Amino acid sequence: MKQVTEPNHLQLNKQGQLKHFLTLDGLDKALLTEILDTADSFIEVGARSIKKVPLLRGRTVVNLFFEASTRTRSTFELAAKRLSADVLNLNISTSATSKGESLSDTLQNLEAMASDMFVVRHSQSGAPHFIAESVTPNVSIINAGDGRHAHPTQAMLDMLTIRQHKGCFEGLSVAIVGDILHSRVARSQIRALKILGVSEVRVIAPNTLLPVDIESLGAKVFGCMKEGLDNVDVVIMLRLQRERMEGALLPSEDEFYKLYGLTTEKLKYAKPDAIVMHPGPINRGVEIESAVADGPQSVILNQVTNGIAVRMAVMSMAMSGHVAGRDA
Amino acid sequence: MSIEIKSGRIIDPANGVDEIQSLYIADGKIVGLGCAPEGYKAEKVIDATGCIVSPGFIDLCTYLREPGYEYKGTVASETYAAVKGGFTAVCCPPNTLPVNDTEAVTNLIFDLAKRARFAKVYPIGALTKGLKGKQLSELYSLKQAGCVAAGNGDYSVENLSVLKRCCEYAKTHEVSIFVRPEEVSLAADGCVHEGAVGTRLGLNGIPALAETVAVSQLILLAEETGAHLHLSHLTSAKSVQMVAEAKRSGLNVTADVAIQHLILTEEAVSGFDSRFHCRPPLRTHADRAALIKGLNDGVIDAVCSQHQPHEAAAKQAPFAESEPGISSVEVVLPLLLGLVRESELSLATLVKVLSVGAAALLKVEGGSLAVGDTADICVFDTNEAWRVTSETVISKGKNTPWDEHEMQGLVKHTLVDGRIAYA
Repeated sequence: MKQVTEPNHLQLNKQGQLKHFLTLDGLDKALLTEILDTADSFIEVGARSIKKVPLLRGRTVVNLFFEASTRTRSTFELAAKRLSADVLNLNISTSATSKGESLSDTLQNLEAMASDMFVVRHSQSGAPHFIAESVTPNVSIINAGDGRHAHPTQAMLDMLTIRQHKGCFEGLSVAIVGDILHSRVARSQIRALKILGVSEVRVIAPNTLLPVDIESLGAKVFGCMKEGLDNVDVVIMLRLQRERMEGALLPSEDEFYKLYGLTTEKLKYAKPDAIVMHPGPINRGVEIESAVADGPQSVILNQVTNGIAVRMAVMSMAMSGHVAGRDA
Repeated sequence: MSIEIKSGRIIDPANGVDEIQSLYIADGKIVGLGCAPEGYKAEKVIDATGCIVSPGFIDLCTYLREPGYEYKGTVASETYAAVKGGFTAVCCPPNTLPVNDTEAVTNLIFDLAKRARFAKVYPIGALTKGLKGKQLSELYSLKQAGCVAAGNGDYSVENLSVLKRCCEYAKTHEVSIFVRPEEVSLAADGCVHEGAVGTRLGLNGIPALAETVAVSQLILLAEETGAHLHLSHLTSAKSVQMVAEAKRSGLNVTADVAIQHLILTEEAVSGFDSRFHCRPPLRTHADRAALIKGLNDGVIDAVCSQHQPHEAAAKQAPFAESEPGISSVEVVLPLLLGLVRESELSLATLVKVLSVGAAALLKVEGGSLAVGDTADICVFDTNEAWRVTSETVISKGKNTPWDEHEMQGLVKHTLVDGRIAYA
């Protein structure tokens, strides 16, 4: 029997335009480049005194956050507002589901409010896919992070940051360091980097923090920083959650910092002009030294600025692809 | 009633028969093969020209859902689906509500089955009270009530001391133990095979190790206690290897595989489709190949459906939150016939793993079409095509990943105790 493969049919319309943005899996370089180019054009909007464009005027965007988030939710909210949309923020973790309402019921209610776009964050991998499949064709779904699966807007803002500093992706060597196992960001970054054509993606972590068969995504595994960071152009640090010390994944924060914490010393293994990135929020002294986080090679705050532009790009593209797909 | 099944290709591997013949049935028994006994007069003739006539299939695992989960299925609805799938007898696991850990529940299931008059039902009693893995169930009483084996449903008996005593007590009363090998601490909160697909989708994995560690423990327990341990729903190549070794050393160990693990691999879940969510999880191509080889080598005794009907809402959730299980009892035959067409399996092996193997390990009637045997028979067309839809699937559970798929191979008649239970 033929097995189901990539859910492309789900996120692209018949013209190949984005209508949902769920994952980077199966998207091509042209589309990712279009997202980056569109985001570039929105950066200028953020610099104006009146920071608004009318692309989503009259549209209703619902931020559906089943998992707490301040940073991502705020940038999505700002992005939607700069596109002139009406925005509704819902923290579902504290409302409907705690009253026993099922996800399907919650969605039906929101649909009945004639929403045009759901920005979804959920602790379950695949939840945005499920929502995209089960809501009416009138709502476009943007994944704002699902379980350990994907965080495609975060990955795209990281790509924009890399492009701004390095010019292009060809020939770059990128290392991602830390808790890859639990990281949806890392999975989406690896995808994006491979699609955009960097020459090497490395992951640096102990085996307990690496998912099985991570090589199948195209990443090269390193167990130590000295070899892993050798001559790289970009270092991406991941946040280490304190609860990882439980369940025998790591012995202690100290040992982790000793081995994988990004210090000024370890950063010297990378190219002298290497940039340092982090999806935030950072744990100073756990995965990154303050001197590095605030140092000249750090582009962490650029990432935040780019987050709004990338989200504006994705939302406007998905909305127009959605409308075009519906009218076609 | 006397029934003649005329001119079918009789495949009866237990008796080494594969020939076009007529089969004569009277008073619930097979009374003639090839020639009718003297004075025999058929009240009904089934023309089986072009069809296969085989022993009725016996399913080692069909969730009937009753008592307790009637919104998913009932004894009547699921035994009806079973006879449509060619099964004349089905074993139902003890995870009902209340759990089948008392004679009363066993008797209730028998009553419901008798009233439904479709497939025979062989209940599997609970190995431990409430399936909690702490206290022994009354295995002797359950056996007296008609349970064919004892098992712990979907739950592992985590405490090895308890499991050892279960084996010892079961051995005393010659009760077979059905176990789905899974080391809970390794399976944890997983929902897919721990491998490339799970990694890409960010879904928590259940490593093959969770199964193989349990298989190795169970084999050692079988050796130590002498109890008959039946390992349900093997999924990993390594498990097949260990069971083969155990059988070679003469241990009382048997095994089955569920239909989906012979057909699908982990790649099926790559679109987060909850219809493919099953436990144990779908594994790799190499595992699938080893399972098929295990059937051909006789290491795996039987194929079961692990039929798990669900209400629609059970699957309408993000993958990990959806309930595992596939409604499959009606498609086991056509799916296996697909393997026959791909030359992965012979027709004789297909019949063997669907009937002879289960009958032997359960020590029940069936699996044979010799004169004098009970007339539990399946007549099927290997070529007739049909489409899986919510209308053609008669199980209450419409949760099938083969929805809207074309199937080749259809059951035409199912006879239970010489009575036409499905036509």
